[in-house]
Parts: sequence; C-alpha cells; structure tokens
Amino acid sequence: MRHHLILRVITKLLVGTIFLFALYVQFHGDYSPGGGFQAGVIMAAGFIIYGIVFTLEKVKAVFPPWLVHKVVALGVLIYAGTGIYSLFYGYGYLDYAVIDPHHPVHGQHLGILIVELGVGVTVTGVMVAVYYAFAARAPSLGDEDW
Amino acid sequence: MLVITALAVVRTRSLFAVVTLSGVFSLLSALLFITLDAVDVAFTEAAVGAGISTVLMLGTLALTSRSERSEKKTPIVPLLVVLVTGAAMVYGTLDMPNFGSPDAPAQTHVGPEYFERIPKEIDVPNAVTAILASYRGYDTLGETAVVFTAGIGVLMLMSGLGRRRKEDEDDPDQEGGSA
Repeated sequence: MRHHLILRVITKLLVGTIFLFALYVQFHGDYSPGGGFQAGVIMAAGFIIYGIVFTLEKVKAVFPPWLVHKVVALGVLIYAGTGIYSLFYGYGYLDYAVIDPHHPVHGQHLGILIVELGVGVTVTGVMVAVYYAFAARAPSLGDEDW
Repeated sequence: MLVITALAVVRTRSLFAVVTLSGVFSLLSALLFITLDAVDVAFTEAAVGAGISTVLMLGTLALTSRSERSEKKTPIVPLLVVLVTGAAMVYGTLDMPNFGSPDAPAQTHVGPEYFERIPKEIDVPNAVTAILASYRGYDTLGETAVVFTAGIGVLMLMSGLGRRRKEDEDDPDQEGGSA
C-alpha cells in the first residue's frame, strides 16, 4: 500500500490515539466500562492497523515476534503470580487484601489493577501473535486483488 | 437490522462482503447490548467482534479463496434443523421477563447483594470490573489461560516455528501441511 497517502497519514495519526485509548481503557477500567480484555484487543488493533497499512516487516521491527511470545506468557504469569504472592503471605489465592493489609480496600484496587494488566498484556500478545501468524503465511496482495 | 444483515450474510457469495457484513452484524449487536445496559459486553463485542475477528477473517481469506462455491444439494434438512432450533429458542424467550422489568432475575438474584457489598469491600465504581477481577478472580484467571492456550495453539499450527526446525533437517514433505 505504498501509494495510499491518505491511509498512511491517517494511520500515523490514529495509531498513537489508539494506543492512548487502549491505556485509558486498561487503567480506567475501574471507573468506566472496559478492562483488560477490551484494552488488550484495542492495543493489538493498533499494531495490526500499523501492520496492514505499512508492511508486516515494519510492525515486526516495532514489536518483534520473540517479544510477542514472551508477552503472551508474561500476562498469565502476572495474573497467577499475584495469586501466588498472596499465598506466600498467608492469604487465600488471589486475595488482593494482601497488597495493603491495613486497608484491604486499597489492596483490592491495586490487585484489580495488576490483574487486569496481566489480562491486557496476554490478550495483546495473543492477538498480535495470531495476526503475525496469519499475515506471515499470506502472499502479499496487490491492491487490485481487493 | 440484525435480521437483514444476517440474511445478507447468508445470501452473498462473495466472502469479502460476508466478512464485512459480519463485522456490521457485530457492531449492530453491540448496539443491542448497549440498549440492554450491558456496556462492558457491548465494548467487547465492538472491539473483538467488529474489529479483530474481521481482520483475522480477512487474513484467512487472503490464504484461501475469495468466493463461495455454489451449493448443489437442496438445503431441506439444514433448514429444518435451523427452524426447529430457532423455534425452541423463541419458545424459551417466552419465559423471559419483559424488557426493563424490575423483578427480572438480574435485578433480584445476586445482583443487589453485589451492589451492596462492592462499595464496602472493593470500592470500585464499575461493578463489572469488581465482580470480574475480584469476586470472580478465578474465572478471569481461567479465561486468561484460555486466551493464552488459544494463542499458543495458533502459534504452533500457523507460525512456522516448527516448520523452520524441520527445514533444517531437510524434510521435503511438509510444504503447505498445516494450513
């Protein structure tokens, strides 16, 4: 899509906004609709749009596949690790009160934030990885194919 | 409009149009969820259904052919199955409470208890997040694991990580094997 000037300019403008929106959905999920799943998908959509309009190589330079694979596992580790952390301090698995024992409510806030971050990280990783897997196999299409 | 889009999906032969229409379908059902006050679900539907899955379907389309083969057999049996299933579902909805009814199970069952406990125990304005991440933390962990497993599965099937290793051993008969 080298000659699609409008698409490329608009994408450049939008990608940053999409990432910002994803972060907003991620960390504002306590107060407004949204959370890890949605934020992860939006974040991945940012990468995918970049990959579609520019080339797959460009987006792979930004977010290399080995990093994607690590990120996929990292999210689950963050989530499960939170549970194990609370086990070590004698609380139940995934009992967020452990994070701030004097103010269990604050602990809940932080716990939810961390866990949602784990969800978001995994979802982003998986979506981008799936996109890479599909896009890498497809022969690059000419514009007239569509 | 949902029905019109669904019919269009069934009737259209060009798969490119079908994929686009299914994205439209997702967006419309997101609107339906908003009418039902399920904003979080609507958000997910719009992002996943209309966004990512459309892109992935287009990716699949690029790998396979662009149009549907015309069906020779008369679709009597499938039609019958669909009609019976649809009739059963409509029959099921007869028991559902009216739209916005105050004594619906959603308003009377565990919902009020959660709304009573969340300000005290979690103090997060978005009740959906509180239930999802705290009261139902195990479930969400399981969901994350499901997403993780799905991602790993797709990677193993599609990404060619295994293929590269095989190519090193000069195995000739694995071209186009795992598509």
